Amino acid sequence: MLYIKCPYCGLRAQKEFSYGGDATVKRPNINEEVSSKDWDNFVYMRKSPRGKHIELWQHIAGCRQWIKVQRDTATHEIFQTAKVTEEIR
Amino acid sequence: MSQPFRLNKEGLINRNKKISFTFNGKKLFGYEGDTIASALIANGIHLVGRSFKYHRPRGFFGAGVEEPNAKLQVEFNGHSEPNVNATEMELVEGLSATSQNCWPSVNFDVGAINNFLKMFFPAGFYYKTFMWPKSFWYKIYEPFIRKAAGLGVASIEKDKERYEHKFEYCDLLVTGSGPSGLASAYAAAKNGAKVILAEDKPRFGGTLLTDDVSIDNLSGKDWAEKIITELKSMPNVTVKNRSQVFGYYDHNMLVMFERVSDHLEKKSKFTPRQRLWYIRAKETILSTGSIERPIVFGNNDTPGIFLSAAAKEYMKVYGVLVGKKPLIFTNNDSAYETALEFKKNNVEPIILDTREEHSSELIDEAKSKGIDIRFSHGVIVANGYKKVKSAKIGKLNKDKNSFEKIETVDCDCICVSGFWTPSVHLASQSGNKLKYEEKIDAFIPDKKKQHETSVGAANGSFTLEESLKHGFENGSNLSAKITETKTEISIPNVNEKKYGAHDKFWCMPLPKNENPKRFVDFQNDVSVSDIEIALREGYRSIEHVKRYTTLGMATDQGRTSNLNGLQLVSNIENKIVPEVGHTTFRPPFTPITIGTIVGREVGMEYMPTRKTPMHEWHEKNNAVFVDAGAWKRPRYYKEGNETLFEASKREAKNVRENVGICDVTTLGKIDIKGPDAAEFLNRVYTNAWMKLPIGKARYGLMLREDGIVMDDGTTTRISENHYHMTTTTAQAANVLSHLEYYLQIVWPELNVNVVSTTEQWAGAAIAGPKSRDMLSKLYPDLDVSNEALPFMGYKEAEFFGVPSRIFRISFSGELAYEINVKSDHGMFMWEKMMEVGKEFGNQPYGTEALSTLRIEMGHVAGPELDGRTIPSDVSLNGLVSKKKDFIGKNSLGREAFNVESRQKIVGLIPIDRKSSIPEGSHIVKDQNAKLPNPKLGHVSSSCWSVENNNPFSLAIMKDGKNMIGKKFFAVSPLKNKSIEVEVISSHYVDPEGKRVRS
Ligand SMILES: [Zn+2]
Repeated sequence: MLYIKCPYCGLRAQKEFSYGGDATVKRPNINEEVSSKDWDNFVYMRKSPRGKHIELWQHIAGCRQWIKVQRDTATHEIFQTAKVTEEIR
Repeated sequence: MSQPFRLNKEGLINRNKKISFTFNGKKLFGYEGDTIASALIANGIHLVGRSFKYHRPRGFFGAGVEEPNAKLQVEFNGHSEPNVNATEMELVEGLSATSQNCWPSVNFDVGAINNFLKMFFPAGFYYKTFMWPKSFWYKIYEPFIRKAAGLGVASIEKDKERYEHKFEYCDLLVTGSGPSGLASAYAAAKNGAKVILAEDKPRFGGTLLTDDVSIDNLSGKDWAEKIITELKSMPNVTVKNRSQVFGYYDHNMLVMFERVSDHLEKKSKFTPRQRLWYIRAKETILSTGSIERPIVFGNNDTPGIFLSAAAKEYMKVYGVLVGKKPLIFTNNDSAYETALEFKKNNVEPIILDTREEHSSELIDEAKSKGIDIRFSHGVIVANGYKKVKSAKIGKLNKDKNSFEKIETVDCDCICVSGFWTPSVHLASQSGNKLKYEEKIDAFIPDKKKQHETSVGAANGSFTLEESLKHGFENGSNLSAKITETKTEISIPNVNEKKYGAHDKFWCMPLPKNENPKRFVDFQNDVSVSDIEIALREGYRSIEHVKRYTTLGMATDQGRTSNLNGLQLVSNIENKIVPEVGHTTFRPPFTPITIGTIVGREVGMEYMPTRKTPMHEWHEKNNAVFVDAGAWKRPRYYKEGNETLFEASKREAKNVRENVGICDVTTLGKIDIKGPDAAEFLNRVYTNAWMKLPIGKARYGLMLREDGIVMDDGTTTRISENHYHMTTTTAQAANVLSHLEYYLQIVWPELNVNVVSTTEQWAGAAIAGPKSRDMLSKLYPDLDVSNEALPFMGYKEAEFFGVPSRIFRISFSGELAYEINVKSDHGMFMWEKMMEVGKEFGNQPYGTEALSTLRIEMGHVAGPELDGRTIPSDVSLNGLVSKKKDFIGKNSLGREAFNVESRQKIVGLIPIDRKSSIPEGSHIVKDQNAKLPNPKLGHVSSSCWSVENNNPFSLAIMKDGKNMIGKKFFAVSPLKNKSIEVEVISSHYVDPEGKRVRS
């Protein structure tokens, strides 16, 4: 079971979180024209890298904040966690 | 009642307390502190089971976790447990143990014929034999395998025991209380670290209990006791015996299995039987020790053949002799200690040493005590069927592949030692890629992947001095990094015997024309020839050899067989062991009970039960409940002998004719506040929200980004910047996360806050033509006329003195209202409604009637919004704004969503107006068509229309709107039904929606 550092609450067990997918995907702006291709990429296309991956988790059984987690998908090592407003290098 | 193999004084058992037990029905006794194994051996019993494939007689081989054979069915404390390791289970009064895998008895086993038909059971036997013909599988092969194979019998009784889970955090977890573990724990504890020390056995000390050593002028055992006593007195240390750390998971999470009370005769009601510990450790010391490796020889599975260290442990810990005429067969010095221990107890052993004549401290001591030592010798084959009687031994030539001389000697036990294998299971589980250490011919941990440090024998250091030094140093350094305190500890003086080099010799050759079975893996009955066959048939990867032969599988996990198997493969393949590699070590290291994994999450505690504030009323009034997620909702209120069908029809009819009330507390409720709340709702919902007046509700539809409908519900504007959203019961949690996602990540610039208020409000719907009359009695001072409180209107008013919210919304399609009061007032509200409603013919109605009402109105719900439908599929395109953007809008333009023949919601009625259409039925054109019959759609919801008094269903059907008026078949192979149906509009009752506005 992973041990995830919530930037608001500290280190907590994985059971308190739910997974939210790739954090690097950016939704096209609302009320702006978007090509079908860009939209399809946003809705459907995800990379599935082996290794470092920046992903979203929500601390559902805690502060309910969505957070960013940089994790190795093969070893599960967590390199860094951050608020969604912060950048992960 | 004498015990023929019990020594008079030796051992750590309590001779003042006799314990009686039975084995295969025979009454026996042992002492407190015995295991089942030690008590049976004391009574001269060795034959305890039959082997897995060949049903060969099997006895004890080890003295602890390494035991591959002695698995018993054990009844104690009122339950029956299969596959109990006799070498680990402590004796308790009244325990009854029986042999497994034998029929009719362990002494005469019909299955033993397999042994004589062994040409049928080579490696890959199961794969090869049971392939064809296919029809034989169920009737012949499977019952045969089931009867012949398998271990014990699982109980079918309900497990009445209590099991617990515990979560613990520590600076340092030490797994094993041998010398290196004790030293690590002690050093870390002195640095002020929070330490957990776990020992699998009942007694602490590991090899210190059996080795002839001294530390600071104390015997090993006394030193261990001194350290343990001091550790126990320290507040920062938790010391646990009978506790096996069996799994090493991500981020230094280790899982430990504690046998809390199996060894107790009496225990209090709430004492758990076993406990599972989830331990998050900052650092872990793996002091798991090592397991002795056997040497392979002919009939090496005969009862009476032991690992040499096990024989010593039986003498020193339990005061039990495994035999009185022992042969010691070894390739190293450690077995000499066993020989000396026999000698000390006036038993004369013969040592067969595969090495050429040489000298070492232990060899010299054995010689000086007059022990018969035969160098360059080994056991070729053991004689005796149910017990060793003699052994054919041979003097090896220089090439060690042929014999100079062969003779037979009498013996009643053979103690074998093929050197030591570090227990690297936990290290390997942690992700550590092991490395092969030539010096000890075994794998040891390599570079760490997590915060784990192996010390002592687990790391390949087999001297006490080195183990203690490693332990103290690592315990001190690792903990000092955490506590930033370093207490100097002087490493104690050690007195131990020096071992000479071991012989790289693992498998006795066979003389010409002799072919006894030589077992590598006892538990899975894998012999040398099985491995040879696997290689001959082309299996190369060690993982494939493992699966083909079953080497190292099952509960044993190759504890005593792994390295011998690898050595064999490497010899045949002419590769060195590190090239062959090793198979994966998987948790659990030892078997654990299912009860422990489940813990307290059984029965009522399986998941939380959510009850509405009116739950007790429903219970008292014969409600039959249905699970809606964790909620309990009344499905119907049973009157007399009513069936579900009759009751729900009565309740629904009463709503259509009079008035009914329904507990709707379970609907998800979300409070939305902030100056940008309207803008947010406008983006979340498909319809327009910028102009909703204060005091008005609106029905809204939410999509996922891929255009699929996510949820629906009404949202009411309570005040300028305050909205009250409702969601379906099932989607409440998802919708909240969804809203939080957009507010926190996508549009953080919107000034809006959301919070769940589901549990803050109790809700009741009042529905039916007489609901306004009833409402006016509930709110005598309030104007509830259609003008003052129109459809989708909202008011706040006192309900008999308590604050309440009135929403004029409808799910049933009737004139209806929904009242919310604070949860604490829920029961008060409900009882008042029942009292006031009497004169209007009010009756409570459950979810079944609620479904009937919404289905015949054509209102969609979960079965239609099933994650595959877009708004136009379910006739909700009127709610989709063309003017503004919202979540999922761009997806609605996708080609596939806009083809003419796309699925649409329709209504179905049976041609005979009688037959109910099962939900899930497929709609087909021709019920007799050849399979696969093209499917045109499926039935999503079914009811008995109380308005029209015949069955009615909603269906999602290809090109649905153009099918109206046509006839099809709704077929349900599951219910074995095929019903001719006609397609009609999905709005079966009040299609214009007049009633809700009346
Ligand atoms: Zn948090």
